[in-house]
Amino acid sequence: MAKSRGSFQGTKINPTSFHRSQIPFFAFLIPFSLLMLLPILFIVNHAFKPQSELFAYPPKFFVRTPTFDNFLELSRIVSASGVPFSRYFVNSLLVTAIGVTLAIFITAFSAYALSKLKFRGKKFLFELNTLALMFVPIAVQIPRYLIIAKSGLIDSYAAHILPVIVMPVAMFLIKQFIDQTPNELIESAKIDGASEMQIFFKIIMPIIAPAIATVGILAFQAIWNDTTTSVLYINDESKRTLAFYMMSLTSAQGNTVAGQGMAAAAGLLMFIPNLLLFIILQSKVMNTMAHSGIK
Amino acid sequence: MIKKMNHPAWFIVPYWTLFFVFVVVPVLAAVFLSFTYFNAIQAPKFIGITNYIELITMDTVFMQYVLSNTLKFALIVGPFGYLLSFLLAWMLAQIPSKARTVLAIILYSPSLTMGVAMASMWRIIFSDDSQGYLNSILLNWGLILEPIQFLQSPQYLMTIMIVVSLWSSMGVGFLAMLAGVLNIDQTLYEAAYMDGIRNRAQEIFYITIPSMRPQMLFGAVMAVVTTFQAGGIGVALSGSNPTPQYAGQLIVNHIEDFGFIRYMMGYAATVSVVLLLMVYFISKITWRILGERE
Repeated sequence: MAKSRGSFQGTKINPTSFHRSQIPFFAFLIPFSLLMLLPILFIVNHAFKPQSELFAYPPKFFVRTPTFDNFLELSRIVSASGVPFSRYFVNSLLVTAIGVTLAIFITAFSAYALSKLKFRGKKFLFELNTLALMFVPIAVQIPRYLIIAKSGLIDSYAAHILPVIVMPVAMFLIKQFIDQTPNELIESAKIDGASEMQIFFKIIMPIIAPAIATVGILAFQAIWNDTTTSVLYINDESKRTLAFYMMSLTSAQGNTVAGQGMAAAAGLLMFIPNLLLFIILQSKVMNTMAHSGIK
Repeated sequence: MIKKMNHPAWFIVPYWTLFFVFVVVPVLAAVFLSFTYFNAIQAPKFIGITNYIELITMDTVFMQYVLSNTLKFALIVGPFGYLLSFLLAWMLAQIPSKARTVLAIILYSPSLTMGVAMASMWRIIFSDDSQGYLNSILLNWGLILEPIQFLQSPQYLMTIMIVVSLWSSMGVGFLAMLAGVLNIDQTLYEAAYMDGIRNRAQEIFYITIPSMRPQMLFGAVMAVVTTFQAGGIGVALSGSNPTPQYAGQLIVNHIEDFGFIRYMMGYAATVSVVLLLMVYFISKITWRILGERE
């Protein structure tokens, strides 16, 4: 019995301090994480390599004399292409900011209704959304293109935003989160004469802040990294986004040794915002994910 | 105005309008177009199930390469990515929170990278001349005499696609499962040890998995969907659609090939419908396996 107690302490989930029995886990997790990190370390090192090191034979993984040459070259090439770099950047910023805001509001609205309001067809809508978790947008690119074309959205900023902000996963996560909030709070606010919309903004929004942060991150990733809308729905070069430009640049320049450093610099620039946002908000994300289960 | 907004419609309409326009209508349109001949210039012409018959009987590329590639890719990346996510989440739950947070961020970061930007990095690593990093290492160690054309030769392309996809498979499902393990009530374990559970394996099967079944299910659906969504990787790696000798051709690439390169949109829609059905049934099967209670 004493032995099994001991082994329980050792396997404790979410331990508060280091214990000898955790060594096997560290022994696996640390080397494995380093292995997973290699491609990202590669892109970082490559981005800062001067031309001489990019051409070096045999190729070296780590940069010796880091420079910003690749980043400077990147901005030079972009400016030479006719559309200034700032234009792509502003497009991306604008589309991402509006898209993330809209995504948060429409999904949180719908999640609140499905969780707390009473109306006919509520169950059906939730089932439909759960079914849509299995939806693969890439499969219906063609009909989506036709819809965008028929509704005259080609070459508009709306074409970047509207198709991307329907995120069944995000709606699902917020709905599960709102399910945890007690009904009494809502009831007492109603007695005080608050409308549903007031309740949503004053009571629900503050409580579900972690879920909102999570949806914000998911929406940011989806929109910031998205290239399909620029490829399919936009013909006007000056309305395309940074992700698209980085993609065409990396596929055009990535094939030559000289362009590789630039491609890495571009990839790094796209990756950093995603990473920073996730690091800042990760505790909120974990809080949300605790309620992510499908029951 | 906010004071008077009580009707559920205020909350429902925005999301569900967009849902209808960009999810429901495209799926229905794909089903409709799959029964037509449509070249994007003339109006679609109804031709019954001809497309489906052609897909099964005449499209040798689909039957010989695309279908088997997709199944092979999905059956390896899906389950392995999923098991790896669970195992890593479980291990991370056994270590203190500071170390856990750092390692979890590292493991999740590949899914934060932009697929296309990363593809150009993989192309450098797997480059087919002696400048390629992998080739250079292998040549250096004397394991090979000639550089291998990793991305252009059929026997390697699929393997590389699988490795690259597994690398970025610790996504939302992984985070959900990590949160799931951490949220299991500690007293359950204590009680189980009182009742005679002796080791970690028993602990996982009798306590951990049953307690976090909802998160496991969510993770599984995410694994299936991201696996099929990731299909474009072969074209990005090899730089051509179709991929060399169709070695890395997945259903997604087949749809693009017919829809946007050959403008046979009716036929491409047929392939889309097949893909949606595949994802649906595979998710349902996983659901069955994981969802059954006791």
